[in-house]
Amino acid sequence: MHKPRLQLQASFDIAWLQYLDQQGRATQALPEFASPDWLTHCYSQMQLARQVDDRAVKLQRTGRLGTYPSSLGQEAIGVAVGNALMPEDIYCPYYRETGAFLERGVLIEEILANWGGDERGQNYQHAPKDLPICIPIATQALHAAGVAFALKYRHQQQGIPQQVAVTTSGDGASSKGDFYEAMNLAGVWKLPLVFVVNNNQWAISVPRTAQTATQTIAQKAIAAGIPALQVDGNDVIAVAWAVRDAIARARAGEGPALIEALSYRLCDHTTADDAGRYRSEKELDEAWQREPVRRLDRYLRSEGLWSDARQQDLDRELAQVMETALNNWESRAPEPATAIFDHLYAQLPEGLYEQYDQLRDEQARGAQS
Amino acid sequence: MADEVNAITLVEAVTQALAYALENDPEVVLFGQDIGANGGVFRATDGLQKRFGPARVLDTPLAENMISGIAVGMATQGLRPIAEFQFMGFIYPGLDHILSHAARMRNRTRGRLSCPIVYRAPYGGGIHAPEHHSESTEAIFAHIPGLRVVVPSSPARAYGLLLAAIRDPDPVLFLEPKRIYRAAKQPVPDDGEALPLDRAFVLREGSDLTLIAWGASVKEALAAAELLSTEGVEAEVIDPATLKPLDIHSIIDSLEKTRRCVVVHEAARFGGLGAEITAQIQEYAFDLLEAPVQRVTGYDTVMPYYQLENVYLPGVERILSGARAALGYARGGQR
Ligand SMILES: Cc1ncc(C[n+]2csc(CCOP(=O)(O)OP(=O)(O)O)c2C)c(N)n1
Repeated sequence: MHKPRLQLQASFDIAWLQYLDQQGRATQALPEFASPDWLTHCYSQMQLARQVDDRAVKLQRTGRLGTYPSSLGQEAIGVAVGNALMPEDIYCPYYRETGAFLERGVLIEEILANWGGDERGQNYQHAPKDLPICIPIATQALHAAGVAFALKYRHQQQGIPQQVAVTTSGDGASSKGDFYEAMNLAGVWKLPLVFVVNNNQWAISVPRTAQTATQTIAQKAIAAGIPALQVDGNDVIAVAWAVRDAIARARAGEGPALIEALSYRLCDHTTADDAGRYRSEKELDEAWQREPVRRLDRYLRSEGLWSDARQQDLDRELAQVMETALNNWESRAPEPATAIFDHLYAQLPEGLYEQYDQLRDEQARGAQS
Repeated sequence: MADEVNAITLVEAVTQALAYALENDPEVVLFGQDIGANGGVFRATDGLQKRFGPARVLDTPLAENMISGIAVGMATQGLRPIAEFQFMGFIYPGLDHILSHAARMRNRTRGRLSCPIVYRAPYGGGIHAPEHHSESTEAIFAHIPGLRVVVPSSPARAYGLLLAAIRDPDPVLFLEPKRIYRAAKQPVPDDGEALPLDRAFVLREGSDLTLIAWGASVKEALAAAELLSTEGVEAEVIDPATLKPLDIHSIIDSLEKTRRCVVVHEAARFGGLGAEITAQIQEYAFDLLEAPVQRVTGYDTVMPYYQLENVYLPGVERILSGARAALGYARGGQR
C-alpha cells in the first residue's frame, strides 16, 4: 500500500513545574516571592480553608447548610490563585475554591450564607467586582473573557492600569464548549485572562481518563494558540509561580495563558455525594500521601520556620476566627421574604406590584396568626 | 421640524440609535458576527466600525454561546455591551448565558452586580429565508424573570426603544422584525430621545374592538383595522412593544371601551404570549368582556420553508376572521 511522505508541520511541548516534592523537599531553588512570611501566610490560609470546609460539612450534616462542595486536598490551588491576584484584578471562580475566596477577602460568613441558602452570601463586601460562585459548569470562563475584555478596554480607552481576570474551573469543565470558546476568543483578542484548571481527577464520578482522551488538559490551550503549563497542584509555590507569571504576562499585554494544576479531591464531590461508590480506598490513601498541607508543613519545619508551639498558636487563632465568623453568620437577621422581588430588576416593574403586595400581605398575615 | 429630518427605514433607525449610543457613551461596545467591515448581514451596523473603530465595534469568532457569555462578563464590570445574534434562530446556543446568568446576576448578588446588556436579533418570518431563519420564539424569553423583551414596529419606535434598552440597567432582548426592516420610511430625528419601556403604544384609536399586535404583525393589524373601518367597525390597535414586563393596564383601559379583543402574533399559538395576554385579561377584566378573546397566531407547527410561510403567518384575512368572531358575540354573551 502507498504511504505518503509526511513532513512535520508543528510540534508542541507541555512543561511541568514543581518546587516541593511529596516529602516537602525543595526540588529546585525557590522563587524570590517565597519568603518565610509568605510561606507561613499561605500555610495558615490553607489550614483555615481546611477548617472552613470541615465546619461547613459538619453544618450540612446537622441540617444547617445546604449542599456544600469541600476543597479538601486542593487548598494549595485556591490559596495560590487568590494570593496571586491584586485587589483590583477580577476573580471569576467556580464553586470549589474556599482558599481563593478567603484570599480574595470574601468573608467566611458570606461563604456560609451562600451555601446556607441566603443570596446575600454572594454580595461580597470586600471583593465588590468579583463574580459570584458559578454553578453551571464552565460558564464562568466566558464571563471571565468578557471581564478581561472590559479590563483591556478600560486600559486602552481610559488609560486605567491594566487589570487582569483569572478564572478557575475543574477538569470536567474543560470538556465544555464554554471552556474552548473562552480560550479561543482570549487567544484571538489577546485578552488579559488566566485560566486555571483545578484538575482534581474527578468530575463527580467520572474520572479524568473518561472525561478526555488528551494526555494533559494543559494541551487544550494549544488548539487556542495560547501558552500552557502543568503544575503540581499540591505545591502552593509551583501554583503561585505559574499564576503570578501568567498574570504578569497578561498585565504586560502578552495575552492569556492556561495553567493545569494537578491535584486530588480527598473528599466527596459535595455533601450530597458518596465517593465510595466509584473510587478505591487505595487510590485515596495514595492521594493522601501527596496532599498539600502536610507537604508544606514538612518543608517549613525542615527550614526551622514551623514548630509545634507555632501550630498550637495557629490552631487557637483559627478557632477564634471560625467562632467569630459563625457568630456573625448566625446573628444576621434573615432577609425579608419580599427580597425575592427586590433585585430582580433595578426597579420593580409595575406589572409586578400586585405579586409583591400579595407576598407582603401573606407574610403579614402569617406573622399575625 | 420633522420634515427637516430624513425619512429612514427601521433598520436604518437601528443603526442610527447604535451610532448615537456609541457616540455618547464610551462604555458602549458592539460585537457579533460579521458586524464590522460587512456591517451585519442586514446592514444594521453599517459603517459603525469605520466610524468608531475596531476596539468598539468587534467581529467575534463564530460562537453564539460565547457572544452571550462574554456580554455577561463585560456588563458586570460596567460596560454596556450590545451583542448581535445574526438571526434569532441562532440564539439557542446562547440561551444558557441569557437565562442562567444575565437574567439573574443582579438578583443573586443582591444588587452588587448587574447585566445592562442588549442582546439584539432580527426575528420573524416573511423574507424567504432558509430554515431556522424565521422563527418567533419571544415567549421563551418572556417567561424568564429578570429579562426584558422589546420589539419595535416602526422606525421611530426602533430608535427610541433601542436607546431605552441600551440605557436600561437590566438585560434586554431586543427583537427586530426583519420583515419590516425596510418596509416603510419615517422621519426619525437623531436627538437621542428614548421612548419608555414597559409601556404599550396605542397606534389607532377605536371603540369597537381591541387588536393587539407587535413587530411585523402590526402592519397587518393596522391594515385590518382600516378595512373594518369601512364596515363601520372602529378597532383600537395596541402595540405592547415591551412584551415583558407587559403593560396590561393599557390593554385593560382599551377593553373598557371596546370589550372585545383579538391578539395577533407570528409565534406558534401554544404557550405563546397570546395565551398570557388572554389569561391576564380574563383575570383582570372578565366582567368587561362581551366575547372570548380571540387569538390569531402562527400554527403549532415548525415554521415552514418559504413556499408556505405566508400560509403560516397570520395575514389580514385571518385577523379579519378573528375580529369577526369577536364581533359575532352579541352583548350579553350569546352569538
Ligand atoms: C452545565 C452543568 N452540568 C452539570 C452540572 C452538575 N455538576 C456539578 S459539578 C459536576 C462535575 C464537575 O467536575 P469538575 O469540572 O471536574 O469540577 P470538580 O467539581 O471536580 O472540582 C457536575 C456534572 C452542572 N453544575 N452544570
